[in-house]
Parts: sequence; structure tokens; C-alpha cells
Amino acid sequence: MTARIEQVVGRYAHLSIEGKPHRVYFEEAGQGIPLLCLHTAGSDGRQFRAVLNDPGITQHYRVVAFDMPWHGKSSPPAGWHMADYELTTTRYTDLIMTVARELDLHRPVVMGCSIGGRIVLDLAFKHARELRALVGLQSSAFGTRYYDPYWLNHAEVHGGQACGAVAYGLMSPLSPEAERWETVWHYMQGGPGVFSGDLHFYQVEGDIRARLGEIDTAVCPLYLLTGEYDYSASPADTQAAAAKIKGAKVTIMKGLGHFPMSENPEAFLGHLRPVLEDIRSATP
Amino acid sequence: MIDKLPELVNADPAIVRWGRQMNETFLVEVGEAQYLVTVRAGRIESVEKGPLVMRAWTFAIRASADAWSRFWRRVPEPGWSDLFALLRRGDVRFEGDQRVLMAYLLYLKLVLAAPRKLAA
Repeated sequence: MTARIEQVVGRYAHLSIEGKPHRVYFEEAGQGIPLLCLHTAGSDGRQFRAVLNDPGITQHYRVVAFDMPWHGKSSPPAGWHMADYELTTTRYTDLIMTVARELDLHRPVVMGCSIGGRIVLDLAFKHARELRALVGLQSSAFGTRYYDPYWLNHAEVHGGQACGAVAYGLMSPLSPEAERWETVWHYMQGGPGVFSGDLHFYQVEGDIRARLGEIDTAVCPLYLLTGEYDYSASPADTQAAAAKIKGAKVTIMKGLGHFPMSENPEAFLGHLRPVLEDIRSATP
Repeated sequence: MIDKLPELVNADPAIVRWGRQMNETFLVEVGEAQYLVTVRAGRIESVEKGPLVMRAWTFAIRASADAWSRFWRRVPEPGWSDLFALLRRGDVRFEGDQRVLMAYLLYLKLVLAAPRKLAA
């Protein structure tokens, strides 16, 4: 073979989620401490392509990025055509813990962005003892509904184009154009109603403000990294959440937006590598 | 800035393609100044500067002159980089047919950001 083949391997896992059989796609690379990556609403695991391909990281970490059911190459369960998709805190948490258990990810580091950055805050007080550390990207404790997601799943609006347009604006104008449009493409490929179904968790049901004080970072360290150009989960939103969590370590990433790992992989890795080094050296 | 849209947009196929099915007239307000923008198949057919009396439009996008000037910097600051960034901060108002606005959201974001090419 003359093609350059990445070290990333993609496979399907058969999992029971909410009592229903699911075929879940995941990609992985590397060996060592499990690092489970959670993509943003309405997108898929391709967002973590650079983390999966970073030899400095995969030398010490087993990086796993799965597509949530309904996203990417993970199909929805049988019967999906009969009801709306709607993500909730319980569904999301159960999914993550099922994937971690079934893929033998023992005490993983969990890193999530946007909705993933929200759910790590929930994992921080519900599952702290089962996790080595948490990394929240673009974390906020709740989401302001400043536009109506109704239009993202409407027969007279092209859902792919509308979702892509929403994602486009959340990125930094300084991020490389090719990586930004790659990120938009993932959004344009989302199934009908999936992005808005995820936003139900993000903007309606998953308000975690009242419980931030329960997080004990002595049990499970928490790192929060936020790109400065994000107006959805802004630096102010992350800092407001962190102010209520003793020991949370915040980094504001200059020149990055809402999808740091995907819109500007090189700049993001510059922020992530020292965090992963810190976790590796500090936790047994 | 808005009056330069025909030359900025029509010469850029990477913008025009996202509005290929769009045939609409919309209103842009820059503070007190009104501009009626007519789109035909993704090209800016005309920009008419107000004051306008009893003119019809499909949707309106209204923001202060200061908000637009921050939005139109070559590299806008965080919080000013996108039409929805202005929406989140409450510095832009959308009126009229939101369905059409959302159907052409990517096109509109690119069109309204095009004047950044003229910024120093």
C-alpha cells in the first residue's frame, strides 16, 4: 500500500442501551489510560480526528471516540421513525457509562465538548469515583435559548444547511478555513431532528446550575478549556460555572471557538497536551 | 458597506451558491439607515437606500450602526464575529418570515459578513 494509513481504527460495538439493541460506531487509537471523547450536539466522533492521530497522546492514552446513537455511523434503534429523538441527562449519562463499561475503559478520563462539556459536569458529581479525570470543552452549566431550534427540523428548511449555518458561526474567524468547513460538513450530515433533539438536553432539560457545589475535584480532577470566540458557551459561561466548583482548572483558549478540537486541531492540541500530562503525572 | 454588496457577493461563487434558490427582498437596518436588498438566484440584484415608504420585504435584520461596525471589522472581536453572536447578545433583531431567514441562514451570514473584505 502506498496510501498513508492513519493509526485510527473504526469498529462497531453491539450494546444494549435503554433495553434496546444498538450498533454503535467507535474509533480508537493508542494504548494506556482510557480517554473517552464526547462529540458535540448534532455531530460525530470525527471531531476528534486530531486527538486520535497525535502520537504524543496515543503513546500514553487509549483514545476512544464513539458516535452517539443517531449520530455519525451509529444508527438509531429500530422504531426510530415513530417518535422524535430527544436527549436527556439520564439517557446521556447512561450511554456514556455503558460505553465505558462495555469497551473495558477502566476509570477513564472523559473529555466532552459543548453538550459533552455539560455532561462531564454531571458525571463529576454522579460518577466521580469511577473516573480518573474530566475535561470539559466549552462547558456551561445551562444554555440560553437565543434562537429557535424549531427551524432546524422543518420540512421547508434544509436541515443540513441550517444546522451547518449554526455551527459555522460558532467557530473562530481565525481558525483555518479547511478545518472550519470540515466541521460544518459534519453538521450538514446530521439526521433530521438530531441536532435539535440534542439541544433539548443542552437548552431545556440539562440545567445543572443548582448542583455545581456538589462537585468534589479532590475525588476527580476537572479541567475546563473554552475557546474565546464561542458565544453559545462563552468564556463567561465557563467561568460562571467554575466559580461554583472548588478546584476546577480553567483555561481560556485564545483564538478558538466552539469546536476547538475540530476547527483548529493544532492550536487545540497545544492546550490539551499539558492537561493530559498533568492528569497522567498526578493521578494513579 | 451594505451598498457594496452587489460587487462583494456577485463576484464570489462560494457565497452565491448558497443562495441559488433565493428570490427575495429583505430589509437591513444600520441604525437609522434602511437598505432594501433584492436577491435573484443568489445574486444581489439591487440595494436601495431609504428612507423607504410602505415597501414590502420578507424579513428584516436590524442592528445599531455601532454593532454593524464591530461586526464588519476585518477580524471581529469575540462576541461580534457572527450574526448569531449579535443575536445572543441582543444586538440584532430579526422580524418577518423567520422560515425564509433560516432557510438561507448560511447565505445570509456570508453575505452580511462580506463587507469585512473592505475593512482596513
